[in-house]
Amino acid sequence: MGKKKKCALQVIMEDAGIEIDGQVESDTESEGDEVKDKTLKKQPLRETSRATRLERKKQEKDKEEDERKEEDSCSQHNRASRRKNYQRENSDGKKAGEEGSQQRERGKKAPTKDQKQSENTEKKTNKKGKEGENKQKTDRKNSTSSASSNSSDEESLSEEELAMLMEQVEQKKKLISTMRNKPWRMVKKLSVLREAQAFVEKFEGALGKGKGKKLYAYKMMMAKKWVKFNRDFDNFKTQCIPWEMKIKEVESHFGSSVASYFIFLRWMYGVNLVLFGLIFGLVIIPEVLMGMPYGSMPRKTVPRAEQATAMDFSVLWDFEGYIKYSALFYGYYNNQRTIGWLKYRLPMAYFMVGISVFGYSLMVVIRSMARNANESTSDGDDDNFIFSWKMFTSWDYLIGNPETADNKFASITTSFKESIVDEQESNKDENIHLRRFLRVLANVLIICCLCGSGYLIYFVVKRSQTFSKMQNVGWYERNEVEIVMSLLGMFCPPLFETIAALENYHPRIGLKWQLGRIFALFLGNLYTFLLALMDDVNEKLAEEDVVKNITHWTLLGHYNSSAGNGSTATPPPLDPADVPRGPCWETTVGIEFVRLTVSDILVTYITILVGDFIRACFVRFVNYCWCWDLEAGFPSYAEFDISGNVLGLVFNQGMIWMGSFYAPGLVGINVLRLLTSMYFQCWAVMSSNVPHERVFKASKSNNFYMGLLLLILFLSLLPVAYTIMSLPPSFDCGPFSGKKRMYEVIQETIELDFPLFVAKIFSYVANPGLIIPAILLMVLAIYYLNAVAEAYQRANAELKKKMQMQREEEKNKRNNKATTNPVLQDLEDLLTPSTKSESHTKQAEDKKIESPNGTRPMGKQGKGAALDGSPMAGGRGAAFSLSPHVFVTQPPMLGVRAPYPGQLRPRGHPPGPVPARGRGQPRYPHAAR
Amino acid sequence: MGNKQTIFTPEQLDAYQDCTFFTRKEILRLFYRYRDLAPQLVPLDYTDKPDVTLPYELIGSMPELKDNPFRQRIAEVFSEDGDGNMTLDDFLDMFSVLSEMAPRDLKAYYAFKIYDFNNDDYICKSDLEKTVNKLTRNELTPEEVSLVCEKVIYEADADNDGKLSLEDFQHMIVRAPDFLSTFHIRI
Repeated sequence: MGKKKKCALQVIMEDAGIEIDGQVESDTESEGDEVKDKTLKKQPLRETSRATRLERKKQEKDKEEDERKEEDSCSQHNRASRRKNYQRENSDGKKAGEEGSQQRERGKKAPTKDQKQSENTEKKTNKKGKEGENKQKTDRKNSTSSASSNSSDEESLSEEELAMLMEQVEQKKKLISTMRNKPWRMVKKLSVLREAQAFVEKFEGALGKGKGKKLYAYKMMMAKKWVKFNRDFDNFKTQCIPWEMKIKEVESHFGSSVASYFIFLRWMYGVNLVLFGLIFGLVIIPEVLMGMPYGSMPRKTVPRAEQATAMDFSVLWDFEGYIKYSALFYGYYNNQRTIGWLKYRLPMAYFMVGISVFGYSLMVVIRSMARNANESTSDGDDDNFIFSWKMFTSWDYLIGNPETADNKFASITTSFKESIVDEQESNKDENIHLRRFLRVLANVLIICCLCGSGYLIYFVVKRSQTFSKMQNVGWYERNEVEIVMSLLGMFCPPLFETIAALENYHPRIGLKWQLGRIFALFLGNLYTFLLALMDDVNEKLAEEDVVKNITHWTLLGHYNSSAGNGSTATPPPLDPADVPRGPCWETTVGIEFVRLTVSDILVTYITILVGDFIRACFVRFVNYCWCWDLEAGFPSYAEFDISGNVLGLVFNQGMIWMGSFYAPGLVGINVLRLLTSMYFQCWAVMSSNVPHERVFKASKSNNFYMGLLLLILFLSLLPVAYTIMSLPPSFDCGPFSGKKRMYEVIQETIELDFPLFVAKIFSYVANPGLIIPAILLMVLAIYYLNAVAEAYQRANAELKKKMQMQREEEKNKRNNKATTNPVLQDLEDLLTPSTKSESHTKQAEDKKIESPNGTRPMGKQGKGAALDGSPMAGGRGAAFSLSPHVFVTQPPMLGVRAPYPGQLRPRGHPPGPVPARGRGQPRYPHAAR
Repeated sequence: MGNKQTIFTPEQLDAYQDCTFFTRKEILRLFYRYRDLAPQLVPLDYTDKPDVTLPYELIGSMPELKDNPFRQRIAEVFSEDGDGNMTLDDFLDMFSVLSEMAPRDLKAYYAFKIYDFNNDDYICKSDLEKTVNKLTRNELTPEEVSLVCEKVIYEADADNDGKLSLEDFQHMIVRAPDFLSTFHIRI
């Protein structure tokens, strides 16, 4: 028995020490050191006074046994006494502090029992009085105040008590500092705060000063400032994102799929802005500022024959006349190596910018694809609570104006609908064979369509080539290709959509298929366009040879004639407008692209205006006087055509990439186009479209759009690279005139502007012997990285599956536990290590009493109420106020005090009728063991 | 600034600062906001703790709350009497919890209470239905609503009792990426 007492005491000490240690972490270090010193001093004292204490303990035990009949087990006693210890600290710490020195002396003198007894009784009465005053000082006190009346020993351990008191003060301080985190009513908070403050004030002087408070206040202030700064910065950042609000608005009414188009459009605008800056800053502006002025040389002058009409609008509209001979087109640039006082190497800059336009675009597309892929994987795991989060976190409590609120309601509804569509899709059970058959059938049909249209295009192009050789062909024959192309573009997409209805995909996947198919169709468009262009170029090249001779002879003739006159003066220079010049195929190609872009813009806008806006107006207003319901019936309102718009954007960008080398001004036009179409389409969508029948969520990454863009970028890179590498530039226009190939400008620069060894290095690097191994190395690296990525992916999937399984298992286990809980509890209790107690059965009983069913807290509370009359502050309120911080504080405390997992719980939080903790608690013992 | 002393004693202000997430200035601003709701009811002197309660109609008409579909619930949860009538203490409490300095657990606890419409300490299906209908202004069909509610219970109910306890709710909400940013009112 005696030994056991010692054990219990040690445990108490340990607890105290741990408690203090725990505080050291949170408080200033000096205080912690003080406390530690005290705990060290305690040791010898304890040795000396152990005997007396043991005696007293025994006595106390007897008394307790008398008082509490229901507590019959010895171990329970130990625990109770420990609990009491703490509680006693709480309740009569003040007194202990006052009498501290007195008691220490007594402890050393080994006082008689009688003395002690009388003291104890004295104290008890005091205690009770005080308790009445500050009933709800702390939760812990509430929990254990019941036992306070009969705890009566160990007052002599003054150091220990001092430490306890210290701890107490610290706790109060902590309570004060975390008061705002307590989910209590203000009244309660205020009263508890007052108590705690009074307590701290009283004892702080004796035990050390509240050093941490100022620091804490400072920290809090800084934290607040930091939060505020972050918020402002975030606001600033979102304000810097253009059209964020516009897109949000569209998204809230039409769903994320439509918004994804606008986000794509915005991204495109950003990319084009960079390209625009590049081209304008490095090519056009230097040429305009420092190059030769207009009219100074033939390539910068409108030919004499065209001068009369060069300013007519119809001519300008075709990008002929003055526009053709301006810095917007390739032909205007001079082949002078350096221009202006800066010695700016314009031809070199022109070439490099042309290359870097592609380089930058490639980089940016691939980078954003990679980022999207990253995001989609990182967001992917946490989709367990889609609906819950939507329900509980989607309303933004910050919203304070009715319009925003309306938008928010719409967007929440839309997002719910999106998720419902996803959900229904995944739950659908269907005839899988029929579905497969239909999908194969649809694909066969569409491939047939694509093949047919491909052949049709090929056939028409072939025919047009023969037509072009013939004279006097009709209007239809001349425009056959365009007509066929536009007919195909008009009828095929709806046909595809009809066929796609067979497949019955989720609309998001359906959109991808649709995009892919229309893309394949439009490739034919691109192909014919490029083919026609190449024909044109070849023709021009042939023509050039002829013109070159003529020009040569004209100039020669001019000089000869002037020289032949015998005058000594230099001949008057030939007017640049009169010089015969070549066709300049680069400018022709550039004009072709610009025309195409402009007509594309016009067609798009007119389609929107007529197809959406006029239709919407018609449906809306004529509906009043029409035979059937126009809104619900045939014409109805248009839906926003995502696939068509995305593809339009993608192909347009392809045109820009291809054309910008020959028409540097094209990017400027495109920037304007994107800017206007942002506003115009936003307006059109909001004013005259209706949301899709099945609003669906866009895939998290719009990598599909990006993939299409990458493909187009690659396709548009090919012809440009071909012309640069293997077609001779025109002899009398453009920055590369006079050279055999355009890329020679690089060699020229290296030879003339760099030291010799650079040229040497360059020639080595350009050696195929080096290039081929480098390519091989890259291929190997790609292969390796790909393999690694795949392995990671597999591991990831595996882990995800494991986690899923674990969750399911846990759920099941809990489920079972709820039903077989008492039985399991008994079993576990039987299995617990029995070193601390002699009687398993009784301990088991105790445990059962303390088990999560809430019986123990109830009983305890009842007892507490009976003994000292401290009421739990209202049934419901109290129950609520307990639970939340339990979750915060509990696990770490338990982790520290492993030996009695179930036992110490009451100290972490007050017992009370805690609802809904049926499965929370049984977990903790496991964790602790 | 002279009237600062006349509204609250310094001790009161300190106590309020300890009990809320506000600074002295913010507390005074909140007091003026409170007073502006009913200048004739609220005295300018709070040193002797007058017993003033503003009815829900006034609280709910604040611009911060008036577009919030849950404004009634918020007022009810934070008010002493559970009917949405608030004293200054309740008022401070409410905005303290909804301020951005409040910790996640505190917010989660009150969010749970707000969404627990029938005060039975569980978010059951009828609570969820009410929430959805308030969020979407009854735009969803009953089938859709019940589908959503079932999904929520399926996702978040860890102990399979068909309703969400506070623990379930916290377990779910602490993972939500934008709970902290949405569950707050700037004042």
